[in-house]
Order: sequence, then structure tokens, then C-alpha cells
Amino acid sequence: MSKPLEFEVDAHEKGSSLWRDAWRRLKKNRVAVVSAVVLIFSLLVCIVHPMVTAHPYDKSSLATGAQGPSWQHWLGTDDHGRDLLSRLTFGGRISFAVGIIATAISFVIGVSWGGVAGYFGGRVDAVMMRIVDVLYTFPLLIFVILVTAFFANENTVFYSMFVSILGVLYSDSADPKYLPMFKIFFVFATLGAMSWLTMARIVRGQVIALRGQLFVEAAVSVGVGHARLIFRHLIPNALGPIIVYTTLTIPEVMLTEAFLSFLGLGTQEPLSSWGQLVATGSESLDLYPWLVVFPGLALAITLFCFNFLGDGLRDALDPRVRKD
Amino acid sequence: MTVFAIRRFLSIIPTLFLVATMVFVFIRFAPGGPFDTERAYPPEVMRNIEKQYNLDQPVLVQYKNWLGNIVTKGSLGNSTKYANRTVEELIGITLPVSMKLGALGMLAALALGIPLGIIGAVRQNTWKDSLAMAAAMLGISVPRFVLAPLLVLVFSLKLYWLPVARWETWRHAVLPVFCAALPMAAYIARLTRAGMLEVIHSDFIRTARAKGLSERLVILRHALRGGMLPVVSFVGPGFAGLLVGSLVIEKIFDIPGMGRYLVEAVQNRDYNLVAGVALVYGSLLMVSNALVDIAYKLLDPRVELDR
Repeated sequence: MSKPLEFEVDAHEKGSSLWRDAWRRLKKNRVAVVSAVVLIFSLLVCIVHPMVTAHPYDKSSLATGAQGPSWQHWLGTDDHGRDLLSRLTFGGRISFAVGIIATAISFVIGVSWGGVAGYFGGRVDAVMMRIVDVLYTFPLLIFVILVTAFFANENTVFYSMFVSILGVLYSDSADPKYLPMFKIFFVFATLGAMSWLTMARIVRGQVIALRGQLFVEAAVSVGVGHARLIFRHLIPNALGPIIVYTTLTIPEVMLTEAFLSFLGLGTQEPLSSWGQLVATGSESLDLYPWLVVFPGLALAITLFCFNFLGDGLRDALDPRVRKD
Repeated sequence: MTVFAIRRFLSIIPTLFLVATMVFVFIRFAPGGPFDTERAYPPEVMRNIEKQYNLDQPVLVQYKNWLGNIVTKGSLGNSTKYANRTVEELIGITLPVSMKLGALGMLAALALGIPLGIIGAVRQNTWKDSLAMAAAMLGISVPRFVLAPLLVLVFSLKLYWLPVARWETWRHAVLPVFCAALPMAAYIARLTRAGMLEVIHSDFIRTARAKGLSERLVILRHALRGGMLPVVSFVGPGFAGLLVGSLVIEKIFDIPGMGRYLVEAVQNRDYNLVAGVALVYGSLLMVSNALVDIAYKLLDPRVELDR
């Protein structure tokens, strides 16, 4: 009964709802469709390949050493004789996980922050958006570098917290193999906590625009509370721009993780991530070029597809071209 | 306008103070210290070293002295890793190199990006447009640290056209500057195109055409000015990205810039050097953002920035 009026109108007017229109336009955008297919395919490969491969990502064989691509090792091996394809797909898991987890964190913070600021307006809005403004001028990436370099190691409170949480799941809680995982999760969290600013601004703008509309008044008149009004009525109506920006955040955080790993601050041996593979590969560029070329291509193609998909979604959901 | 410019620059100070404070706090709370070695020093030796760097005083006193020295003497303190050298000395040697790389990269990005964007807008929906925009998307998607090794592989190790690394003659600068510029050039191309498309159908362009101005003049003088607005607002954050991105470029091409200190000094727990470098980076970013805001106001009289 508290459903906004607009939804019902849309349901009657068959075939012209925002989502149906957007879906139709997206399907017509061939580049975006191809990008989505490539992304789904590579995600599946990254999930499945490490489970079925005969060459585990961390199994080294000094007798093999660094070899170029062959039938046995499709993408060759690194100087420890580890299969590059396995390291690539394993690293892909980490890259995709960064994209999803860090974006989810930034999504939650950004949407709630912007929603609350836009909904309450006045002084609340002024204070909350002032904080966003200050953080915008803040050299955030510098701080991410500092924070990960300083705090992503075993002598910190964060690590003991991480271990005590995992210790519930595993009995040997002092296991040093938690450390590489901890570093990755630390990067996830820091990146998520850093990239919500633009989302907050977008959501605030949308909420302010929607706040004065009839369906909000209707919801208020039947006694809907603040929280429910924000998250069930206002935010769902602002989903278009939110989705577009989310798709564009994914490649951004993936790139930043790769950047941190390249600097030696993110993912570390024996785990692999695309940024770290490029970094180690570029040290022996003249001898084993394939160690740079394949991870670099994987990273570039993935980012390329995410950007194209985000662009396609924007074109599909942009209210200015709606019902042209 | 002058009032606005002054106020905008003054507004940097509180943020900069916040940056300085946070850096100081982060460093002190991080585990490990600048003099941790494999074999611990005897306590007396340790005490003397710490005394030399004033690390034996209470943290609040250290903070007060550190801030006081910055404000009154412009001194950022001594480096603990590079003994007997002050932080401002180290930054003074390396910052010009980074700035040169950044400035050249910026110029190259503008020189590449704007023409590409103009082509895209003027020839909208033709193959030239599609080609320009695909190239731009490629530039955005290929990270600098992937692009750089690939270019080195092709142009230095296979074709022997350009040197692999170092920072000496102009030939050494070609690859690093290009790598620094490319992602930014790609963004600029997209923004120029979008900005120009927005104004190209507006009334004042039609008026300009009706007056009988040549197409060239209409595009370059009237449409481009409007199209530059989103570009200008990107130049600030873009320059920030360029500075941070040059960390990677400096590492790959072995360029003696300031970027290496950020990572290296953090790992050495070189407190003063980390704080100094972070402060310099921070103020560079904030000043460039302020300059952009001012330029924005000059370009578009409609923008109301006085809040």
C-alpha cells in the first residue's frame, strides 16, 4: 500500500517503463553487449580455471624455469616455473573481488550518505556535504598508499581483528598465511572507504530533485518513516544514475588495486594479482616479455570492457535521451 | 574576482593543516620505527639517536615543534635514512624532475586530447568520430604501468629507437612523457567532444554562423570555448592523477623524481621525509584545484562560485 504511485502507472503503460526502455537501448549497443559477454566469460574462467587446472598457481618448478607459451603452459611460465595462466586466473579472482567488494563498500557508504544529506537538507545537508567537499580536496590516493604501507602488516590492531574473525572459522589462528589475505582485504576496505564521494554527490542531487514530488508526499501522508522513505521510495527512483556510476567505480578500484600491487603495497607473493604480475614481469622485460604482455592485456581488456559497459549503461539510462 | 581568488587560496590552509596532522598521526601510530634493524641497537645508543632527532620527547611536543618549524622556518626536519640531509634538500633536488615530467605530460595530453576531441565533435557519428573515441577509451583503460613496459619493449628493446630508462636527453623523455600523458589525453578528448557537442547546437553558435563567420572560426573561437569548460574542471584532478601516476613512471623509467620517496620512505619509516613528501604532494594538488576553480570562473561568467 505504500508503493509509490509512479510504479503502478508504469506497470499499466506496457513496454515503456524506464527499465524496459533502457534494456532495449542497451541491447542495441553492440559494443556494450560484447563487453558484457567478455566480462562474464572472463569472470567464469577466473572462477573455474583455478579449480580444474593441473598447474596450481603457486606450484613452482625450478627445473622448468621461465618458458614461453607452449602446449603444456598456454601462456608460459615465470622464472619460478609457475604456470602463468593459473597465476593470471587466480589474480583475476582478486581483481574481480576488489571490483565487487570495494565497490559494494563505496556503494553502501555513498548511497546512505547522499540519501540522508539530500533527504534532511538544511543544516544536516550542509555539514555532510561540507565533509565531502573537504575530502574531495584531500590527496586520498596518497593516503591510501600511506595507510596500506603502514597498517597492512601483522603488528596492528586490524590484523588481530582479522585473525580473530577468521580464527572462528579455522582452528590455527596464528597461521602466518593469513597475512597476504589480510593485506588484500585491507586494500579492499581502504579503497571502498575512499571512493564513495562522487556517489554521495550524485545520490544527494537525485534525492533533492525527487523529494518534492507527489509520491513522496503520498508516502508521508500514510505515515512512512524517514529511513523507509529514503531507502524504499527515494533511492529506488534514483537507481539509474546510481547503477551507471557503480559500473564506472568498478574499473576505477580495480585499477587502483593493480596500482598499489604494482608498487608492492597490495597483493603479495605467493598470491597473485594482475598489478603484481605486471610489476614482477616488468623486471625481466627483455628476457621474458610474455610475463608482462599477458597480465597487462588481461587488465587492459577487463578495464576496457567495464568502461564501455558503463558508457553503454549511461546512454541507456540517461533521462535526457529517454523517449526521444 | 581577486577577492574570490584570495578566498579560494586561503581555504586551502585548513585542509592542508588537516593533511599535516593526519600524516603526523598516521606515522606515529604505525608499527615499527625509523631505527629498527635486524639486530637491535643497545638501549643507550638508541636513546642517543632518538635524542638527536627529538624522538624522545612526548608526541604532542614533537607535533608542536614540527608544525612550528614548518611555519616559522619552512623547515621539514632531517631525514633519518639519509643522514645529515634535510627533507627540503631531498625534495628540492627531486621535485623539479617530477614537476618537469608532470608539466610536459600535461602539455602533451592537451596537445593530443583537444584536437582528437574536436575531430570527434565536428565529425560526430562518422568513422573518424568512432575511431577517435575508441582510441580515447583505449587510452583510459590501459594503465600507465602496463603501457610503459609495452612501449619500452617495442621502442627500446626491439626497435632500439629510444633509451630504456634514465632522465638525461630529450630522447630519454619521450617515452615517460608519452606514458604520463596518454590516459589524461584520452579523458581530455572525451570531455572536449562532449563539451563541444553540448554547445555546438546552441543559439550563439547559430548566430555566429548566421553572421557569416567561417566554419573554422566558429569552431575554434566559439564552440571550443564552451567545450573547454569540462576540460578545465578536469585538469585539476587530472594533474593530481598525473602526479600520482608519475610514481609508476618514475619507478619504471628509473627517473630521479620525488615519487620514489613516498613508497621508499614509508618503508624505511623515515618520518620526516614521508610527512614532507605527502605535504608537498597535498599542497600541489590543492593549489592546482584552486587554480582550476579560478580559471573556471574566468572562462564562464555564469559560474557562481562565491558561497
